[in-house]
Amino acid sequence: MGVHPRALDYAESFPNHVIPDESELTCGTKIEPGKSYGFFTDTTLCIGCKACEVACKEWNGLPADHLGLTGNSYDNTGDLGANTWRHVAFVEKIGSGGDRAQEMKPFQSNWLMMSDVCKHCANAPCLEACPTGSIFRTEFDTVVVQQDICNGCGYCVPACPFGVVELSLEDGKAHKCTLCYDRLKGGLEPACAKACPTDSIQFGEINELFERAGKRVEDLHEKGATDAYLYGAPDTPGATGGLKHLNAFFLLTDRPEVYNLPVAPTRASDRVRPSFLTGLAAMAGLTLAAAALMSSGRERGR
Amino acid sequence: MPSLGATYGRGAATLAQWDLANSDFILVMGSNMAENHPIAFRFVMHAKEKGATVVHADPRFTRTSALADIHAPLRAGTDIAFLGGIIRYILENDLWFKEYAMEYTNIATIISPDYQGPDELDGVFSGWDEDSKSYVLDSWQYEGMKVPSSLAEHHATTTESFDETSKSTSEGPPPQDRTLQHPNCVYQIMKRHYARYTPEMVERVTGCRADTFLKVCEAMTRNSGRDRTGAICYAVGWTHHSTGVQMIRGAGIIQALLGNVGRPGGGVLALRGHTSIQGSTDIPTLYDMLPGYLQQPHAYRKHKDFDQYLETEQTPTGWWHNFPKYAVSLLKAWYGDHAAKSNGFGYEWLPKIVGDHSQLPMTMAMRDGVIRGMFFLGQNPAIGGSNSKLVQAGLAKLDWMVVRDCADTETASFWKDGHLVRDGDMRPEDIGTEVFLMPGSLAGEKDGTFTNTHRLLQWHDKVVDGPGESQSELWFIYHLGLRLKDLYAGSEKERDKPMLNLTWTYPEMGPDRDPSAEAVLKEINGYTWADRKQLTGISDIKDDGSTACGCWIYSGVFPQDDHNQSRSRRADGPEGPGTHLGWGFAWPENRRTLCNRASADPEGKPWSEKKRLIWWDEENESWTGHDSVDFPKDKAPGFDPDWSSHPTGMDALDGRSPYIMIADGKAALFAPSGMKDGPLPAHYEPLESPVHNAVYPRQSNPVAKRWEEPDNQLAKPGDPRFPYAFTTYRLTEHHSGGTPTRSVPVTAELQPEGFAEIPTELARELGIGNTDWIVISTLRGEIETRALVTDRMQPFRLAEGRVVHQVGMPWHFGWKGYATGDVANVLTSVVGDPNTSMHENKALVCNVRPGRLTRGAPTRGDG
Repeated sequence: MGVHPRALDYAESFPNHVIPDESELTCGTKIEPGKSYGFFTDTTLCIGCKACEVACKEWNGLPADHLGLTGNSYDNTGDLGANTWRHVAFVEKIGSGGDRAQEMKPFQSNWLMMSDVCKHCANAPCLEACPTGSIFRTEFDTVVVQQDICNGCGYCVPACPFGVVELSLEDGKAHKCTLCYDRLKGGLEPACAKACPTDSIQFGEINELFERAGKRVEDLHEKGATDAYLYGAPDTPGATGGLKHLNAFFLLTDRPEVYNLPVAPTRASDRVRPSFLTGLAAMAGLTLAAAALMSSGRERGR
Repeated sequence: MPSLGATYGRGAATLAQWDLANSDFILVMGSNMAENHPIAFRFVMHAKEKGATVVHADPRFTRTSALADIHAPLRAGTDIAFLGGIIRYILENDLWFKEYAMEYTNIATIISPDYQGPDELDGVFSGWDEDSKSYVLDSWQYEGMKVPSSLAEHHATTTESFDETSKSTSEGPPPQDRTLQHPNCVYQIMKRHYARYTPEMVERVTGCRADTFLKVCEAMTRNSGRDRTGAICYAVGWTHHSTGVQMIRGAGIIQALLGNVGRPGGGVLALRGHTSIQGSTDIPTLYDMLPGYLQQPHAYRKHKDFDQYLETEQTPTGWWHNFPKYAVSLLKAWYGDHAAKSNGFGYEWLPKIVGDHSQLPMTMAMRDGVIRGMFFLGQNPAIGGSNSKLVQAGLAKLDWMVVRDCADTETASFWKDGHLVRDGDMRPEDIGTEVFLMPGSLAGEKDGTFTNTHRLLQWHDKVVDGPGESQSELWFIYHLGLRLKDLYAGSEKERDKPMLNLTWTYPEMGPDRDPSAEAVLKEINGYTWADRKQLTGISDIKDDGSTACGCWIYSGVFPQDDHNQSRSRRADGPEGPGTHLGWGFAWPENRRTLCNRASADPEGKPWSEKKRLIWWDEENESWTGHDSVDFPKDKAPGFDPDWSSHPTGMDALDGRSPYIMIADGKAALFAPSGMKDGPLPAHYEPLESPVHNAVYPRQSNPVAKRWEEPDNQLAKPGDPRFPYAFTTYRLTEHHSGGTPTRSVPVTAELQPEGFAEIPTELARELGIGNTDWIVISTLRGEIETRALVTDRMQPFRLAEGRVVHQVGMPWHFGWKGYATGDVANVLTSVVGDPNTSMHENKALVCNVRPGRLTRGAPTRGDG
C-alpha cells in the first residue's frame, strides 16, 4: 500500500491529538458502522515474528498464560485461548536426511507460519449457542463476547468448530478476539494488523478483502505458487457447514489440517435438526420396542 | 564499519531500507533479516511482490530462508570462500558492469610492483612481518603513489599515517592501464587472487553444493546492469568473525563490480540491530573516534599538538580535506569560550589513547585489576560479553560498578547468582564489588533521536513518565557531569582543565531538572558562536572558531531554531518519487542513497529510465534528481583536475568520481589502505575450526587479535574433543542481553527458555530427543540447555566426504526475568577481528553430550 494522501496532514513525529479515522492512513480503510470488516491473513507473507501476538496482548491487557518450551518448532504459544487471541503456528517441512531443499517456490515455503485468530464467522456458532445473549454481532459485523453478561455456561466452547473460545480460569467467563471492537469504534485498525510488518495480516472491508485475496491467489499461481488457495472466503474450504463465510479468512499453501484448521468445519445448529430428528426417531423406535416388549411380556405373563 | 569505509568511503549503509523495494535481486547473508530486522524485511517482501529474486545464504534455515527463493547453506565462518567464488564467477565470465566499474572503481589502477598475494606467499600478503604479526602496507599502494584511507575509518590502522608521500595524490591521477593488460593492475591481480575460488572449491570449503552456489551467481549477475540492480543485506552474522571486516569487503567488491552502488535498489545495506547502533558509531561509544568519525588523538602518533594532529590527519584530496573545519568546530562546541586558535582550540584537553581500549581488552584489564570502576548503561555483559565467566571474574575484581537498566540484570547480580558462585569458584562474601543498580527509562519515557540502519535520524517524544525513580541516560550523564564539575571547581591544576573548561549548559525542565534533548541536538547540528544562529548544513562549518558543531555529519538536522528536521514525518505521496526526503533526516545532508552520483553514467545521464535517481542538468549546469546530491552540485561530468596546480580537496577529483570521501574518488576494489589484514578478502578459517584451511596453508587470519590465557584458550584446528561447529545468534522474540524482553511476561512466553538447535542426524547419533537436556562444552566452559532437534539445522559435507555437524544457540538467556536459560557466552572466547576488535561468536567449535551438569544450572524460578 502506498502512502495515503492524508498522511501529509500529520507531518510531525507526535501530533498532540488523536488522528480522526487513523485506519484510513494505516490501512486505507475508513471504519464505519453498518459495514462488514474482517481480516485477510496471507500466510505467504508471514515471517513468524509474533508481533501480532504481542500487540494483541498489549492492547487488550491479556496476561501471559504459558511459560514453557514446547519443543514444537518456534511455537511456544500452543493454541488460541482465553488469554491468547492471536497464535502463530509453525510447521517445519524441510525434509530430513541428506540434502535439504535449497531452491524453493516463491514466497513462504518449507517452514510454514500462520497467524491464527477467531474467524468471526458470518453465521457464528458460538453466538448461536449462547443462551444469555452475551455473544453478539457488532455494528462492524464482528462477533464479541460481553463478559459482564456471560454466565460461564461454556456452551460456546464446543460450538466453535475452530477451538477459539475458551473459558478463563480467572473469571470463569468466555473470552476471545474482539477484532479490537474498542479500536474500531475509535477509528483505529486492529492492533495485530497494524503491528504486522509484512502485511500478512490485512484488515479491511470484507468484500474488498475477498476481492484482494482472490487477486492475490491468481498472482501467486502466476508466480509459481500453484498450491495457494483461500480458506474461509465464500465457496472455499473453511466456509462449509452453514458457516457461510469467515470474516477472518486465510490464504494457505498446504492442506488445512497442516495448519491445524478443520478441513470442513460445521455449524452446531446445522447438526441440530438432523440430530433432533435422529433422536426423535431413536426415541420413537425405543418407545415402540419397549411397548412391544412390555405388551408381549404382559401377554406372556397372562 | 571499516570495510565499507575503505571500499566506498563511508562506513554506513549505502541505501535506505525502503529502497530495497526497488531491487531486482536481494542477497541476505550474514543476517537473519526476517527475524532480527522484521520492519526492514517488509521492503524485501515488496521487492518480491515485484518479482525480485531473494537469496538467503546462511548456516541455518531460518525464518528468513523460509521467505527466500534460494537458501544456500554454508558452514559458519566460510563466507569469504563463497563471496570470493562470486567474484571469480563475475570476472571469469566477464559479467561485470564495464562502463560503471572502469570509471567509478580502481579496477584499472596499477598497484606497486612489490605487491604479492596470498596465492604466491603461502597464505599471507606481501608486507607481512612475522615478529610483529602485522603488515607493512607499502607494497599495497598504487604504483608510485601513497593513498591515504578515507579518514572515516582511518582508525582502523595504526601503521600508516598521512605524511609527505601521501601528498602524492595531489600530483596527478593514479597510474592506470585502461586496457587492463598490465599484470599488476587491480583487474589482473583480482583475477589471479580469486582464480582458486572455483565452484568446486566453494563446495569443498563451505559445504554449499556447487549447483546451488552457481544458481546464486547466475541470479545475481542477471539482475545487475543498466536496467536492473541488486542489494546485499548483512548484519552481525558477518561482523562477528575474526575475518568479519573482510567479509563485508567482499560484498563491497561484488557490488562495485556489478555497478550496483549509488543506484535505486542497489548497494550494501548494513543492518543495525539496536535502534541506534548507527548513532552510537556516528557519535561514538567507541574509544578510538571522536564524533563524526574524527580520529581520537593517539599518544604514539604525530598528534603532539593540534597543528600536528591536523597536518597528520588531513587527507590531501577528496572531501576529507575539510577535516580541520570539523575538528575545530567540535572543540568549539565542547570548550566554548575556552577554545581559541591560540590554544589549539583546547586540543590539549582531549584524552589520548595508547592502544586498543575496546571492550575485549577492557574485559581483560578488568580481570587483571587494572580497571577499578565501570558504568554499564543499558548493557548486560554477563550475558552479551564473550567468555562470560571471564567477564564475571572481571566484574568481581572491580571496586564499584554502576548498572543502569529497566530491570535487574545478570550483570548486576553476578555476585550472588553468577557462574563463579554457582560453580563454586567464589563465594558472594568474597566479592568486594560495590554494585549500584539504577533504574533507566525506556524509549517512550524520554525524548531523543534514534539513528537507524540507513543513517536516518528520527525524533521520538516522551509519552509517559517511567515507573518509580527511573530517569533517562541523558539525565544521568548530565547530572553526573554537573556533580563532577562541582568536585573540580576552583582547581588551578592543569590536569583538571578538561573538566573545568567543558561546556555543560543545557536548559533544564521539570522538577527532576531534565536537560532538554532538543538543546543537545541543536548543539550537535551546530551554530555560529557569536550570535547562536543554527547552521543550515555542513557547508556552514568553519575552521576559524566562528562555528561550534557537535557532529559535523549531523549538521542540517536542526537547521533553524524552530525546525527540528528529525521530527518531520512528511512521506512522499503515491505519485512518488519515494525517496521520502521529508521523513526525518539522513546524514549527510539528508542523502538517502550514498554515492548517488553513480546513478548516472559518466556523462551524467541516468543509466536507464527505470533506474533514475540523480542526473546532470545540462541547461542549469547542475546535478538534480530525486535525492539530495552526494556530489558537488555544479561539478560537470566532464571536469578534470588541473594537475599543474597541485589541486587539493574536491578540486583533485574529476567529474566522474562518485566516491568523494575516497582520496581518488573511486570505489576501492583493491584497498591500498585502511585494512590491517589485506587489500583483498582471502578465506581463512575461524580461529576455532573443525577443519583445516583448504584454500591457503595459513589456517586463520594471521593478524587476528588473540588473548590466549588459561581462562581463554582456543581449540586447535580439528581437535577431536570438539568435533562440532558452533554458532550463536538472536531470536526475533528477544532483545540482545534480554533484559527488556525476558522481564516482560508477554514477550518472555514467546521464547520462554534457553535452547540449542541440533540437526536431526546428530541428535540420532548422540541419542538426544527433542527438549532433552544437553551439555555443551568448549575450552572456556560448560553449560546445560535443552535440545531443539530440527531439520532446519543440517550437516555439511566438505572435502573428501567429511561431514561437519553444526550446533546453534541463541545467546539471549540468563537467570533473571521470566524467560531463563544458561548463558551461551560462557562458551565463547575473547578474540578479535584485527580491524575492529570484534569478537568471533558466530563460529567456534564445541562438544555436545546428553544430560545435565551436576552443579544444576539455572532453571526457571531460580532467578
